[in-house]
Amino acid sequence: MEKKTTINETIKWQDITPGGNICASGNSIEFITGDWRTDKPIFIEDKCKQCLLCVPVCPDSSIPVKDSKRLDFDYDHCKGCGICAKACPFGAIEMIKDDK
Amino acid sequence: MSNVTEIRWHGRGGQGAKTASLLLADVAFSTGKFVQGFPEYGPERMGAPITAYNRISKNKIRVHSNIYEPNFVVVVDQTLLESIDVTKGLKPDGAIVINTEKTPEEIRKELKGYTGKIHTIDARKISEEALGKYFPNTPMLSAIVKVSGVMKEEIFIKEMQHSFEHKFAAKPEVIEGNMKALKIALQEVK
Amino acid sequence: MAIRERLSGNEAVATAMRQINPDVVAAFPITPSTEVPQYFSTYVANGLVDTEFVPVESEHSAMSACVGSEAAGARTMTATSSCGLALMWEELFIAASCRLPITLALVNRALSGPININADHSDSMGARDTGWIQIYSENNQEAYDNFIQAVRIGEHKDVRLPVMVCQDGFITSHAVENIELIEDDKVKEFVGEYYPQNFLLNSKQPMSVGPYDTPTYYMEHKRLQAEGMIKAKKVILEISEQFEKLTGRKYGLFETYKLDDADSALVIINSTAGTAKDAVDRLRAEGKKVGLLKIRVFRPFPAEEIAEALENTKSIAVMDKAEGFNSQGGPLCSEIKSALYNIENAPKIINYIYGLGGRDVKVDNIIEVYNELEKINKTGDIGNKYRYLSVRD
Repeated sequence: MEKKTTINETIKWQDITPGGNICASGNSIEFITGDWRTDKPIFIEDKCKQCLLCVPVCPDSSIPVKDSKRLDFDYDHCKGCGICAKACPFGAIEMIKDDK
Repeated sequence: MSNVTEIRWHGRGGQGAKTASLLLADVAFSTGKFVQGFPEYGPERMGAPITAYNRISKNKIRVHSNIYEPNFVVVVDQTLLESIDVTKGLKPDGAIVINTEKTPEEIRKELKGYTGKIHTIDARKISEEALGKYFPNTPMLSAIVKVSGVMKEEIFIKEMQHSFEHKFAAKPEVIEGNMKALKIALQEVK
Repeated sequence: MAIRERLSGNEAVATAMRQINPDVVAAFPITPSTEVPQYFSTYVANGLVDTEFVPVESEHSAMSACVGSEAAGARTMTATSSCGLALMWEELFIAASCRLPITLALVNRALSGPININADHSDSMGARDTGWIQIYSENNQEAYDNFIQAVRIGEHKDVRLPVMVCQDGFITSHAVENIELIEDDKVKEFVGEYYPQNFLLNSKQPMSVGPYDTPTYYMEHKRLQAEGMIKAKKVILEISEQFEKLTGRKYGLFETYKLDDADSALVIINSTAGTAKDAVDRLRAEGKKVGLLKIRVFRPFPAEEIAEALENTKSIAVMDKAEGFNSQGGPLCSEIKSALYNIENAPKIINYIYGLGGRDVKVDNIIEVYNELEKINKTGDIGNKYRYLSVRD
């Protein structure tokens, strides 16, 4: 089995996979897109009714759900698109400027 | 290289000259020789002049060119004599075998000054008598085997029986006629 | 015990395919390679192999199907010629860059135009830089032997590249000649089972093949691909050695014939090499120091080894059965010249374009070439470096 490699911009040709083959599944989690963000969603837990309308509309699967309840954002992958904030009927998601 | 027998076949598309050259390669192979059997390929159509070749040798054959100075020439259709220079390059001590009802003396004047040996055979008559159809290649195969002496006649007949049994496994009824054509041709070649 | 047979070059390759019993064959017919899938499909129909035979609607689809099936983990083969190979163009690169060891029987034929069905090397030479290993065959025996070895070469873990095994259309593909076949079980044992490291149909380890590649990674992938070709040379020799143990037939990266003390040498590919050997024997009988080098492996190109084999000759005629249209000669000549560039007192090199579109080559034509080399050796004057053999002028 080809080794599952963490591929980043420092990888040498000797360590890369042949033909760019991706020898594993579910590995988009390894690709960090959080730093693409200019705006950032803030989860206001007090206002949240756990209706979960925000979860399916997130294009980057960045709203984790556990035991039928959403948790705070996955900021490693959230690109700050703001769709979740538009979808929330209770004002539980607020968009602010991201000051990374 | 002198121990290679080189044969050139002239026929018309559909008369089986190519098949005959491959059968000759087959039967010579079965007597332990090194062989080549190959046609000259192009956009052939039914009736168009075609050429096929054989090399038969005791030694491994390496050359991969057409044959320009054959030991023997086989003409499967006499009408080719008008348009093709069939004796071109034919070795002086070689021979030509022609499918015709004419005698060697009669046909010589159609061969443009050729002075070597000529053999004739009426393959049409033999084929129609033995097979009820006109397939000139079977009698011509016999004729060239006899004329060239590349193998003994008994061995040729035995191997051809074997070869036909394989080739015509799906229609055994034609084997007898083909064998008859081969045997008559061995007798009738002049 | 070897099996004494007589087969055409196409039958020989189809027989090798039957003995290997690949998982998938996807092909589209084209003269003069048509007989290969034609014979093979009868083996499939008669149950002699359990291969999945995929008849497709074009060569583009044939190679696409091969890419898919090889990526899925299936040992895959195809056959084509001329315009068929040209239509596979895009997929040839994909097969090589995805590191898919497909085996292709190429029956060399001229590319149009004018339309021509006979042999020359314009098809395979056009594909020389696609990343495929290229192995050439003088006759039916070599086509058969090379095809069996090709499977092992391509699938080797250090290589993982597709391989095309070439022979001359009609000249050997349709000529019935003697051949020694290997027993079915021995071929099966020699090629072994195909166990790719990663493959699409492995449910335990899902994977993706052929992803989009950005400039950040593309060069690293290409460098890694080049490494497969660099390592192939050693692998080819190792497998040749094993093949020799099995059959007694010795193969190298190229074959030399009476070259050791030769003043004049030919470099040549495929069927005309046999004709040229007869020419060498004839001239040697007259006391002339002539020899030849026949290329077997053109990709990877064994430049150092070739330079070593040719360095003591005085003059060389490189025989190209394909035009390069670079106004300087053919592709083989360019490679040979590069190979000899760093040799001190390198031999003089002329290039002959010959045998295009099936133009027949006689022993006498080759002797004519050696005579020209002899003239160069005597006068020191190389004359025209870019010549045509047997062209009417």
